[in-house]
Parts: sequence; structure tokens; C-alpha cells
Amino acid sequence: MTTTLTPTEVREPRRTRRPKSARAGGTLHAGPLGYAVLVLFSVGSLFPLVWTAIAASRDNNRLAETPPPFWFGSNLMHNLNVAWNDANLGKALVNTTFVAGVSAATIVFLSTIAGFAFAKLRFRGRNALMLIVIGTMMVPPQLSIIPLYMMVAKLDWTDQLQAVILPSLVSAFGVFFMRQYLMQALPDELIEAARVDGAGSWRVVWHIVFPAARPAMAVLGMLMFVQTWNDFLWPFLVLTQNGSPTVQVAVSALGRGYTPDQSLIMAGALLGTLPLLLVFAVFGKQIVGGIMQGAVKG
Amino acid sequence: MATRHHTAAPPVGEGGAAPAHSRAASDAGERRRARLSRRWQRDVRWSPYAFVSPFFLLFVAFGLFPLLYTGWASLHTVELTAPTDMRWAGLHNYTRIFDDDFFWNAARNTLTIGVISTVPQLAMAMGLAHILNYKLRASTFFRVVMLAPYATSIAAASLVFVLLFGRDYGMINWALHFVGIGHIDWQNDKWPSQIAVSSIVVWRWTGYNALIYLAAMQAVPQDLYESAALDGANRWQQFFHVTLPQLRPTILFTCVVSTIGASQLFGEPLMFDANKGASGGAEHQFQTLGLYLYEQGWVNQHLGRASAIAWTMFLILIVIGIVNYVISRRLRESG
Repeated sequence: MTTTLTPTEVREPRRTRRPKSARAGGTLHAGPLGYAVLVLFSVGSLFPLVWTAIAASRDNNRLAETPPPFWFGSNLMHNLNVAWNDANLGKALVNTTFVAGVSAATIVFLSTIAGFAFAKLRFRGRNALMLIVIGTMMVPPQLSIIPLYMMVAKLDWTDQLQAVILPSLVSAFGVFFMRQYLMQALPDELIEAARVDGAGSWRVVWHIVFPAARPAMAVLGMLMFVQTWNDFLWPFLVLTQNGSPTVQVAVSALGRGYTPDQSLIMAGALLGTLPLLLVFAVFGKQIVGGIMQGAVKG
Repeated sequence: MATRHHTAAPPVGEGGAAPAHSRAASDAGERRRARLSRRWQRDVRWSPYAFVSPFFLLFVAFGLFPLLYTGWASLHTVELTAPTDMRWAGLHNYTRIFDDDFFWNAARNTLTIGVISTVPQLAMAMGLAHILNYKLRASTFFRVVMLAPYATSIAAASLVFVLLFGRDYGMINWALHFVGIGHIDWQNDKWPSQIAVSSIVVWRWTGYNALIYLAAMQAVPQDLYESAALDGANRWQQFFHVTLPQLRPTILFTCVVSTIGASQLFGEPLMFDANKGASGGAEHQFQTLGLYLYEQGWVNQHLGRASAIAWTMFLILIVIGIVNYVISRRLRESG
């Protein structure tokens, strides 16, 4: 994994809802102790990932030794190859990309129009409905799996990707996130002006809301993509390994089979994680910004 | 600009057909305008509902209905083999669960794993956020690196941790033997296994929560720090008397989210089990409620009983939510 170090720069003040002095903690520079802690945590964050690659590059007999291996062996390509074929990973990657892509795109679209209505339009029951949205953020989706499973069984959707996609489209967080963003990013005057020019609601959405919401839509899309990609419980229940697994199901099957070959399992885990890590290496900055933007401010 | 008033009748003697024609035209215009404005009214009134309805339809179909149906199913005997065949059982499922030692065991495990994963996680996240809040070189790099575990899937992360926590050849035991600690059996002993499962959660979520705290810290007004500094507060005192009180709502929020997350733990204990079952270790030593639900529903095939477990978990969460609401109101009144 290669990440380019950002050049040191004076950080531009963040765009917040109200103009604020840029940062608490002030202009104080972190001391060496601060850096030491950060480096330690970074090593802790990356070590399991790096070690996955190390373990995947060995052969199994060399894994069980003392001291444990700290450097790469020569079997990486071979193990990746075997794991790829054993775990049906090619198909799994295509499936997962499809599921996460469709989910993220749909959630972004629906959240944007709903968020726009909650942020900028007046209608009866607006506050009550918004409360319901916030309430649903607190209800874990896993509590509904049993009836969902019954539905899927009844519709004969087991092993069909739509069984994974449909329940994942409910995202109260998305609606909340877009509402927060549009409240501050979309001036009322713009909507007024378009209204005066005789634009209907859908035209306003198309020509004004979507362009204004584009940055937030990109961030929400990435967050949802990551989340759907890493969904485990529900795909695990409705997809089988031999039918059309997602990456999670395929990787977990590697670990739950009776293969004693740990380095193969690690190769599978590595393959299942790598695509997302690449996304992070490229868009990490935006994803970090998105999570910080979405942080609920009391 | 000349304005035409079509309301006034056109003067007589301006030709025969033309006035009639213009009158017809103006009538048509008015009708069109009226129609437009009616459509306009309708648009303004109803379009917001059109915008929010897709979300609510999906929510009702895949959120609310299943949740209520879970409650209904929990009062029936339903088997996984014939999910449509429901027989009324009253509260039988609930009494069965509450008589089951494994349910209480799972509830205790969920609580302990929840505590030992949430508390260190949030405490470390707070410390990290505090450091990240200083002026830093490569601050973006640190933030992205800390978020890398969040991008790692539960399945992959759990598999790696199983190896790292291996009893005989694991990295962790190897490191510990330098400190003189013998071979810990991370999979079979109760406390070590719970610590190991918790560490997967801590590893995946600490960086994420640090970013949330950091965002909240950056929203604290600067003048609060300045006045604290004027009053002679040093950095620590500023942190404890300015930062922490300002972050209260955010801390509460992360506590609630982490609690919900902990109560739902499923993938980590499932993947951590050496025996490949859903029992959470040979003696259920790290079986969580989420895993217990799965075991009852999909391994033992009692969907009705699984529904009762789900509904019990839901009620527990509602209680937590109410407690949280009361606490936050108290805080607001006192603050």
C-alpha cells in the first residue's frame, strides 16, 4: 500500500457552518510525545494488515514457528492464485462491487431528495417525519433479519443479489447527513430564483440541488460503499458460498472451512481487503472529511 | 412597458373578428395561467412528500414492518424448515429463553465484551483526537492511516486476529513471553477470549471515533480557550474544563452508537471460534447475544425463539435509549 505523504502545509481553515476561528488547541504545535503516540497508533493500525500480507506470502508450515515471521516469504503469488480460485473470489468481487455500487448510488439519490425536502421545503408533518428518521438511526437493522429472511425464503430469493441489496437501501443516516449539508450549502435565494423563473420542483432538484450537493453526495456515496462492502451478517445468512457470495461470505467461508492452511486463508483475507484499501489510499482524505462532517454536533 | 388589461372590454369599432379573436386568446391564456397556477399549488404542496416518500416506503417495508413482525413471530412456534407455518405459542418462547442458562451467559458476555471494547476504545479515541487537534505535520496521513482498520472487513480482521492471538505460535504470546508472561490460551479461557474478541472491535473503531471527536473539538469556540488561558488554566485544565464539557453531547452519542454496536456483535465472535460453530467457543465463553440469536434461529432452527431474543434485545436498547435521553436532558439543564 503506497500512500503519498501530504506536503506539510498550514491547513486551510475548515469550512464550518458558522465562521469559526480555525482550531481549538490553537496554534500550538504537537510535541515529540504527541508524534510518538501517533506513530505508535499508526503502526498498531497498519500492523495487522501488513502482517496479513506477510502470512499470505509464506507457506503454511513456516507460519507455525517461533519467532513468528516478520518478513515476506516467496509464496505470495501462488497463495493468492489458489485462494482466488478456491474461494470463488473473482465472482465474489464482481458481486460485491455490484451490490455496494447499486446500494450506494440508490441511497445517495434518495437521501439527497429527502434531505433537500427536510432542509428547505415547508410541509405539514415535516418535524414529526424528521424525528422518525432520527429515531430509525437508533434501531439496529439486525433486529429485522428474521422476517426479512422469511420474506426472502418466500420469494425464493436465496442466493439472489437483490436479497442483499434491498434491505440495505434504508439509510436514515444518509437522509440526516444530506439534510445537514444542504441546510448550510444551499442558499434559499437560489431556490427562490428558480421558482420565480417557473421551474417545477423536480427541475429545481435537478438543476440546483444536485449541483450544490455534489461534494456531500460523493462523500456519502463513498461511506455507503464502504459500509455495504463490509456488511457481514445479512449476506452471510442469505448467500451461500457456492452460489453468488459477496467477498465477506467468501472470505469467511475460507476461515470456516476445515483447511488447515493458514497462509491460504490469509491470502483470501488480503484479497478481500485490498480493493477497499486501494479506495482508501486514493480517496482517504475525502472519506476522513466526510466522517468528520457527518459527526453529529449535539 | 405597455400593460394590457384584458379585464376591460375592448372598445367597440375596432373591427369585427379581431376583438373576438383576441378575447378568445386572452381567455385561453387565463385558463392556461389558472391551470398552471393550480399545478403550481399542487407542486408546492405535494412535491415534498414525493421527495421523502421513497425513504419512508423502504423504511416501512424493510425496517418497521420486519421489526413489528419479529414481535409477532416471537409469540409463535416457527421453524426454519417451514417459515410460513406459524402456531400460536403465547409467551412460551420468552419463558424458554429466560430459563436457558446460555441466554444469561450470552447477556453477561455481551455486557462484559461491550464494556471492555467500548471504554478503552472511546478513551483512546479521545486522547488521539486531542493530539490530532494540535498543529501537525502530515496530519491527513495520520488520519487516513487510523481509518484503515475501518476499511477492513470483519471477516478479514477476525481471521488475522485469530492468528495473532494463536496459543502456540501467535505473535501476541511471543511478544508477551519477553515480559515473562506464559502462554495464554486466547481462545479457550474466558477472560482472554473476551479480551481478544474485544480487541478486534477496538482495533476497527478507535480511529473512526477519534475522527468524530476531532470534528467536535474543532467546533469548540476558540474564545473559550482564550478566556480559560487568561484565567491561568494550563493545557490539562483547559482539556478537562473546556474541551470535555463541550464534547458531552458527542461523547454521549458515541456511547450510544458503540453500545448498539456491541449489543449486535456477531461476526467477530463467529469468526474467532476455532470449532467453526456458532456457540462462541467450546463453552460459550465468548458467545454474544447476536451469536446466540443466530445459533437459535439458524443452527437449531427455532425462528420463533430467535425472534423472542431479537425482541428482548430491542427492548433492552429502548431502555438504554430512554436512559440516554434522560441523562442528556439532565446535562442540558445543568449545563
